[in-house]
Amino acid sequence: MSFPTDSPPKPQFSEAAKAEIDRICKQYPAERRKSAMLPVLHIAQAEFGGWVAPEVQDLVAEVLGVKPIEVYEVSTFYTMFNLKPVGKHVLEICRTGPCQLRGSDELTLELERITGAKVGGGPSADGLFTLKEVECLAACGFAPVVQVREKYYEQLDTEASVNAMLSELRNMVHRPALPWEEKGLPNAVANN
Amino acid sequence: MAKITFDGIEVEVPDGTTILNAARAIGGGIVPPAMCYYTPLKGSGGKCRACLVRVAAGSAKDPRPMPKLVASCVTPVQDGMVVENTTSEQVLNVRKGIVEMLLINHPLDCPVCDQAGECDLQNFAFEHGVSTTRYEEERRTFEKIDIGPLIQLHMTRCILCYRCVYTADQLTEQRVHGVLGRGDAAEIGTYIENIIDNEFSGNVIDVCPVGALTDKTFRFKQRVWFTKPVNAHRDCENPKCCGNVVLWYKGKDVLRVTARKDQYGEVKEWICNTCRFDKKETSDWTIEGPAHIDRSSVISANHYELPVLNQSIVADLPESSTRDLEQNPPMRLGN
Amino acid sequence: MGRKLLTEHINVEGIDTFEVYRKHGGYRSVEKAIKTMTPDEVVEEVKKSGLRGRGGAGFPTGMKWSFLAKPEGVPRYLVCNADESEPGTFKDRQLMSKLPHLLVEGMITSSYALGANTSYIYIRGELLYVLRILEKAIAEAYANGFLGKNILGSGYDLDLYVHPGGGAYICGEETALLESLEGKRGNPRNKPPFPAVQGLYARPTVVNNVESIAAVVPIVNDGGDEYAKIGVGKSTGTKLISACGHLNKPGIYEIELGVPVEEFIYSDEYCGGIWKGRDLKAVVAGGSSVPILPKELILKTAAGENRLMTYESLSDGGFVTGTMLGSGGFIAMDDTTCIVRNTWNFSRFYHHESCGQCSPCREGTGWLEKILHRLEHGHGSERDIDVLASVAKQIEGNTICPLGEAAAWPVSAAIRHFREEFEWHIRYPQEATRPGAVFPGKAVLA
Repeated sequence: MSFPTDSPPKPQFSEAAKAEIDRICKQYPAERRKSAMLPVLHIAQAEFGGWVAPEVQDLVAEVLGVKPIEVYEVSTFYTMFNLKPVGKHVLEICRTGPCQLRGSDELTLELERITGAKVGGGPSADGLFTLKEVECLAACGFAPVVQVREKYYEQLDTEASVNAMLSELRNMVHRPALPWEEKGLPNAVANN
Repeated sequence: MAKITFDGIEVEVPDGTTILNAARAIGGGIVPPAMCYYTPLKGSGGKCRACLVRVAAGSAKDPRPMPKLVASCVTPVQDGMVVENTTSEQVLNVRKGIVEMLLINHPLDCPVCDQAGECDLQNFAFEHGVSTTRYEEERRTFEKIDIGPLIQLHMTRCILCYRCVYTADQLTEQRVHGVLGRGDAAEIGTYIENIIDNEFSGNVIDVCPVGALTDKTFRFKQRVWFTKPVNAHRDCENPKCCGNVVLWYKGKDVLRVTARKDQYGEVKEWICNTCRFDKKETSDWTIEGPAHIDRSSVISANHYELPVLNQSIVADLPESSTRDLEQNPPMRLGN
Repeated sequence: MGRKLLTEHINVEGIDTFEVYRKHGGYRSVEKAIKTMTPDEVVEEVKKSGLRGRGGAGFPTGMKWSFLAKPEGVPRYLVCNADESEPGTFKDRQLMSKLPHLLVEGMITSSYALGANTSYIYIRGELLYVLRILEKAIAEAYANGFLGKNILGSGYDLDLYVHPGGGAYICGEETALLESLEGKRGNPRNKPPFPAVQGLYARPTVVNNVESIAAVVPIVNDGGDEYAKIGVGKSTGTKLISACGHLNKPGIYEIELGVPVEEFIYSDEYCGGIWKGRDLKAVVAGGSSVPILPKELILKTAAGENRLMTYESLSDGGFVTGTMLGSGGFIAMDDTTCIVRNTWNFSRFYHHESCGQCSPCREGTGWLEKILHRLEHGHGSERDIDVLASVAKQIEGNTICPLGEAAAWPVSAAIRHFREEFEWHIRYPQEATRPGAVFPGKAVLA
């Protein structure tokens, strides 16, 4: 028996993620495993560096027992899934009306200036930041707002608040552990 | 059974029938156009909004009108329902708007499109549209993708009817294409480079209402109106294939093979890729005779007809319709 | 000071824990309903309360519940719509993150009323951190016998799960939400069939907004009649208003329906007036999709009566001079705001969020945005305004779901009330596109 040696290793979920996926799949009727699509895609994005590569999406398809195209149809529909490699931190800047009224356009320009990354472009030169404009984050009373992973940074209308956010992110060695990662981050994430 | 009145004509149909199919049971020019609905494909319909009609009375029990126009292809009839299509100025005006929407991003490359002459969008635009455009913005484009040696995908022409997705889902084991992205960036694609390859994949060409999916083996060979359709069959070795087709001749050459369609352009029986792409010799087939081509192809009549308007019921037609009517008097119902 | 039926304890230390929530009277509605009421009696109380759907449509919740099909032996579902994404609206996020047990309690009581044994909370994916908070609250409810098998020894079983979205406004539309919950693209379904007959997994399903579900708790505790005493006419009870934009004190306010709009904007109990000492120019009162109104029409109706924060008063005058309460997303704009820019921003939103399934919305939302983008950037032409109005009309009412209307209304209303400002952008593009430019008033066009 021989295995091809030139193809990249197939991605695999960590044991902790597998257990979490099992827990989630039990929330739906057994014949409706596809229902777990979005939660599993979120786990995949957290596990594999903040984006879902085609082979990661294929893995999701395999785990859910669906055709790969069924995952592609979903991952390209919802804006939270990054389909290209991203920087260590993805800054999702709300650009919708209420945030715009309170300075989100200016905030975007400022973040572009400080990080050197461009909205809609690749990561900053230091690999730390990807800037992404998003629509309403449901935090309009605390505008302008940026989301990074699961955290909201609000009222970013002063230099101090913007700097506080960026320095917190710069000082972050790994992304925060998720509830099912009590025993620590998966090696792949920790070694990133 | 349910009895409904459609454009002033009564028809009785089984419960659960859609308004569109009730109209088709009447037939003729009162039938609403359908760009996405496709009877053989479960789940199709409701998307293009070409078939919107006005329900003037919901049912005998509840005769109130429905507040909005409804998609006749997915709305079931109720006993006593009264529906207006060609008799409603509102419907005809809204339909003009739908044509405009479908065309603003359409490339209008009919002169180089193999679908021209049998294109539902051409028919729809000709019958219901206006001849000018108000659209000044840039038209949408897509990255070209290759889906294999048999089928050509022109995404810019696509109207996102989803028919090809339903076809692949319902006819084949492993669907590899679907609708990706969303909004006006949504597109038919395979995501990772992938060839649509299975024994029934060619049927997506027949179901496509526009020139988005065309037969690569027929590409640029001939305008369809210069070809002669002939019914033929063969004893196909594929048990799932009916072997009943239409051969499209130019002189003695079979340029193209398609499934047979009914008068609404719907495939009657699916055919396999062997019949469609590999059997292009007359000797492969038993010839039955000339195929009757209905209004969905320009071959049939060599001219387009306006929809039949039931003028006695419409009191005040929109000005544009009146002008059209004067220039192209329509057929009348009944006589 | 108005009564606070939902948020009275929102600032109590530890209220997100079962123990503290319970100490403040939490889960009484579950006990009362399950031990002393039949499911139908609970539905009856909700009907009596006059509660109207708090997600934006304002449809009577009790009536929606009574439409639920109940075929023998077929499971039915309650799904909570926590996909809050209507621009200007952020009440559900606050409610869920601070008072997670209130939603859990409401879900249990409501599920009991509807006879659902499995219920889901569909929360927008951006709020994964709130999903964690809710899952913790749910685990506590299981541990204390309020969820799971044989709740409070009654024989009633209920499992409650939280399901995240993935970033799509359209999933706030109930059938798109159900598609999404089934693991698919969020394409709204054709109706009929309605969810009450064929919803999640083709089973009878009720979909309710977070705030509606939460309101079931005080309704069951105090009775529907008590709830209906609050408010004005058919606008009963309290409503969470998300106040944002150019206000001195943006935030969430639980108001008794009927507060005058003027009081809401200017009194210190609520928003404290317009920021930076400026004047109010316009308000979008119920989330970005409802018609914008200029100051004079939001404070008073066309007939000169005080406009109140009620469904009826806000819609007084129809769309000619009125608007809607909608989701309660209250966006105030000061007198320096560019209405063209704001309309373009909203159009960009709907263009971005259209699912792309039906042609008027897929093509029309993009068309609107492109014209408005040109106008805002000084490349408008004379006929653009009429084309805008006409395209909006071509979308409205002709789409599968209400996103079509949501995209059309803001454009139609902005033109209706601020046409001169659009004309100014067309005729004086250099002035209008100057950074910080403020419309000098219609005299400039004379």
